[in-house]
This record gives sequence, C-alpha cells and structure tokens, in this order.
Amino acid sequence: MQELDKAGQGSIRVTRKSANVVVLEKDLATEQMVLAMGPQHPSTHGVLKLECLTDGEVVTEAEPYLGYLHRCFEKHCENVDYPGIVPYTDRMDYLAGMNSEFAFCVAVEKLLDIEIPRRVEFIRVLVAELNRIASHLVAIGTYAIDLGAFTPFLFCFRDREHILGLLEWASGARMLYNYIWVGGLAYDAPADFPKRVQEFVDYFKPKTRELFRLLTENEIFVKRTKGVGIMPADVAINYGWSGPMLRGSGVKWDLRRNDPYSIYPELDFDIPVPDGKFSEIGDSLSRHLVRALEMEESLKIIEQCLEKMPSSEGFDPRAAIPKRIRPKAGEVYGRAENPRGELGFYIMSDGKSTKPLRCKARSSCFVNLSAMKDLSRGQLIPDLVAIIGSIDIVLGEVDR
Amino acid sequence: MEEGAVYSQHVTQSADAYAIIHEKFGDAVSAFDANETMPFFEVIDLAQWQNIALFMRDHPKLRFNYMACLSGVDYQAEGKVGIVCNLESLGELNHRIAVKLKCDRTGGSIPSVSCVWHTANWHEREAYDMYGMTFSGHPDMRRILCPDDWEGFPLLKDYKVQETYHGVKVPF
Repeated sequence: MQELDKAGQGSIRVTRKSANVVVLEKDLATEQMVLAMGPQHPSTHGVLKLECLTDGEVVTEAEPYLGYLHRCFEKHCENVDYPGIVPYTDRMDYLAGMNSEFAFCVAVEKLLDIEIPRRVEFIRVLVAELNRIASHLVAIGTYAIDLGAFTPFLFCFRDREHILGLLEWASGARMLYNYIWVGGLAYDAPADFPKRVQEFVDYFKPKTRELFRLLTENEIFVKRTKGVGIMPADVAINYGWSGPMLRGSGVKWDLRRNDPYSIYPELDFDIPVPDGKFSEIGDSLSRHLVRALEMEESLKIIEQCLEKMPSSEGFDPRAAIPKRIRPKAGEVYGRAENPRGELGFYIMSDGKSTKPLRCKARSSCFVNLSAMKDLSRGQLIPDLVAIIGSIDIVLGEVDR
Repeated sequence: MEEGAVYSQHVTQSADAYAIIHEKFGDAVSAFDANETMPFFEVIDLAQWQNIALFMRDHPKLRFNYMACLSGVDYQAEGKVGIVCNLESLGELNHRIAVKLKCDRTGGSIPSVSCVWHTANWHEREAYDMYGMTFSGHPDMRRILCPDDWEGFPLLKDYKVQETYHGVKVPF
C-alpha cells in the first residue's frame, strides 16, 4: 500500500489489490485530467487516438477515437469488379496482405461455388503462413519496443526481411501483393521457391527459441505484462474477440480448425493456448505467448505444404479463374483466420453485375479494439501501453 | 425449407435453431431461407428484436454467444435500410445463423442489441455512420469512422458527397 500526501489536501491511498486492479481511496477528490494519447503517438501503432481521463497515474476512462485512416473500402468495393477488390484488401491489413486476400477469395469462391486446383491451395496456404510469421514478428517486435526492449525489435525485423524477400520473389511486391486471385493465383511459385523456403525454415527454427530467451522469458518483460489487462473467456467471446486474443483467454478456437477452409483439414498443427503456468490466463503475456508459439506452428504447416505440394508440371495458376466473375444472386459471409483474428467478408451479389452490391469487411482489430474501454478502466498509464500493444492493432484494418 | 431438397449439415443445424425461435416468437419472425451460402431469417416485428436476441443467446439449445458480424445494407428498391447479423455458438453448439432487420430509409430506427453482444456496440455505430438508421437504446450513438460533422451517409446508394468540408474541396 502506498500513501501519497498532497500538501494540505488530504491523502490518497493507492492500493494494488491484484496485479491489474488498483484501488484509489481518497479523502478529497483530485482533479481529473484529460490526457490525449495519439493520433500521433508511438505506442498507439498508427493513427489511433485514446482520450484518457486520468486521476493521477490511474486511467479512469479511455475512449478510443478512430477513422483517421478511413479510406472508404466498402464504398470502393461497390464500384470495382471482384478481381479489382483484391488489391484493396491488401491495403487493409498491410502487415498480412496475403491473409487478407486469402479471406476475400475464400468468401467469393464460396459464392461462386468453384473447384480450386490443389497446387493453388498449397501455394496459398504456404504464402499465407509465411505472411503470418512476418506479421507476428512485427507484432512481437513493436510490442517489445513499447515496453522498452530495443534488441528484439531489430532481430524480428531482420528475420521478417527474409520472408518479405521470398514473397517479393513470388509476387513482385514486398507488402501489397495482389498475388492470390479469385479462383487462382497471379503466378505460379518460382522454380526454386520450395528450396528457398526450406532454407528459411531451417534458419528460422532456432531463432524462435532465441526470441523466447531474449523476450518471452525475460524477467523485465514478464513483470510488465503478467497479470496486466486480464480478459475472462466469456467476456472475450461476448466482445467478439478472435484469433490470438481469444486464444490468449484460453478458448481453443481457430477458424483453420473450427470452420475449415482450403486444405487446412489435411494439415497437422496444434492450436497453442496458455495453460496458466507461465502466465495468468487472459493477460497481456498470454496473448504475446500465443503469438510466439503460433510462429512455430506456422513453420510446421509450411514444412508439410512443401512436402505435399503437387508438382508444377502442366500447372496453370489461372486455369480455374472464371472469364467473368459474376456470382449468382445471393449473400455469403466468408471468413478466414488472419494473424489478428477472424477476417470476414459479407458479400451480397444481385446476380447480374460483376460488382458486388455490398461488401462489408469484418475487421478483427476493429472488434478486438472495441474492448479497450473496459480493459483500460483502473489501469496505470504504463500498463495501458502494455495493453494496447498486446491487442496488436493495424489501423489500416481498423479504419478500412 | 423445401420438401425433398437435400441440405448440407450446417443448414439443417440452422433450421433446427430457427424452429425453436419460431416456436417461441411465431409471427414476429419470417420464414427460414435455407440457402447454402448464408441461411437466414428476418425479424418482422422490430420491437421484439431485443427479446429475440436475448432468447437466442441464453436458450440452452441455441446459445448464440458470438456475434461474428453486423453489416448495414441499403435496400434501395424497397425504400429500406437494414442490418444483417451473423451469429454463432462459439465453442458450445457450433451452429450459425444470420438475422436480418429492415427499417425505413429516412429516420428509421432499430432496437440496439449492444447490451446482448458487446460486439454490436461499435458495429451499430458503424451502421449508423454509413446508413443513417439509429439504434434505440444504444449507449453511445455517435459516428465512428467519419468525422462527427460529416454530412450525409456515405454507403447509401444515392449518396452525394459534400462539396467542401471546413473549406477544403472534397471530391478530387
């Protein structure tokens, strides 16, 4: 228990009931102060504004303000045809472009009801999992920076560069790929691609352990994140959390298993959830841990893809692409597991046009961030930074 | 559902869930549309929507505890705007269903379900921001993506963008 005495104004007792509950008892009300974090603030990971009502060091209320990066994705979708939307999905979650394209194509193909060649599916999963690792590396690296550790950030970005190089080789772009098309792929994977990916896997495997030693098991890092921003499983589901955020709360839920798409049912991988020994279930450390462990699972998936992928002989990546993509009248809600959670597309077609009547993107970060107000109540300001970092938002996807 | 037609497992699961809702609320809900891509029903009596939502979340055979998505839609031909909610029983019964609601295009209002599923809070704000229908009982009915003083509702099919915003020319 800590007692703060403000000369002649009565005393305020700050009691830490548990790791993330701080109780203020005061004889006299202090003056509440409005503290604006962002839109230009390094720890908000982009242009997010948090208007915090603070009582000393304690945040009593934090209200997120969004929309600084709103680029009218849904309005654009109503004015371009289906293949034209794919590049826009890249620009939503720009750290995981392949996964966004994948989710969109899964949704449209569900409405079109077409068969996809097996090699296309394997290449899709391969590049999506590579991109998942790249995205988690950014999430982990920037989270380390938020909490004052600079070295892991450099290590993460060094390894991510290898993946970006591979994806650039396949698609021609470093971040905004336009590689996965509705019904196929833009190009086949280059001839030596599997070999180089295998080299990367061999290189990266020991690096995941290194990252564990450097960051996840680091005493300072654990002290900053353990028990901070605990989210119980039922509340997380009610908030619509998904992906590593929901798994961090101990719910074993992964769309690759629970609503399988593509060739994921054929692949063998685990869904890591915290067991409560190393972290408290549902805290910031759990969410970080899930991401760190998921990278190893992605490596497993990549290796299986390399092993099982059909040969490129006589393969045309654009063979199954319809001449004109014009789905029958109807609606679909298609979704896929993004590095940040469930990315869904609600698409409505009138059956006549090559443009969708309505295309709504259900952004995982948008939904995950909506719990911020609840999570931040009663937290210390430095803990608020730890919580925002653990949500791993990409403002391009929040604002669309 | 049509006689003699063959439906996949997830559609029959949704149909079973719908039967329970229909039994309880009768004419407040429309008939079940059993299509393969997104089976849905419509809530006709909007005043019942909160009760239906609570019933769907808490009934032991429904347990729709997860709202995956809530999208606003402009039904211009009918002169209506509406929302589509994709609901799911996450980790419990693993079935899914979609619910549609429609209201008038100008000044329409739909009861808010943000007290039933927290996900609806921001999604309803977004639907209001883009389509202009209000959600009665919503704790914080403001725009979310557009600025507070933006004119018009951008995703309406007949939307005309404003000429200037704070002295800056808008269309480029």
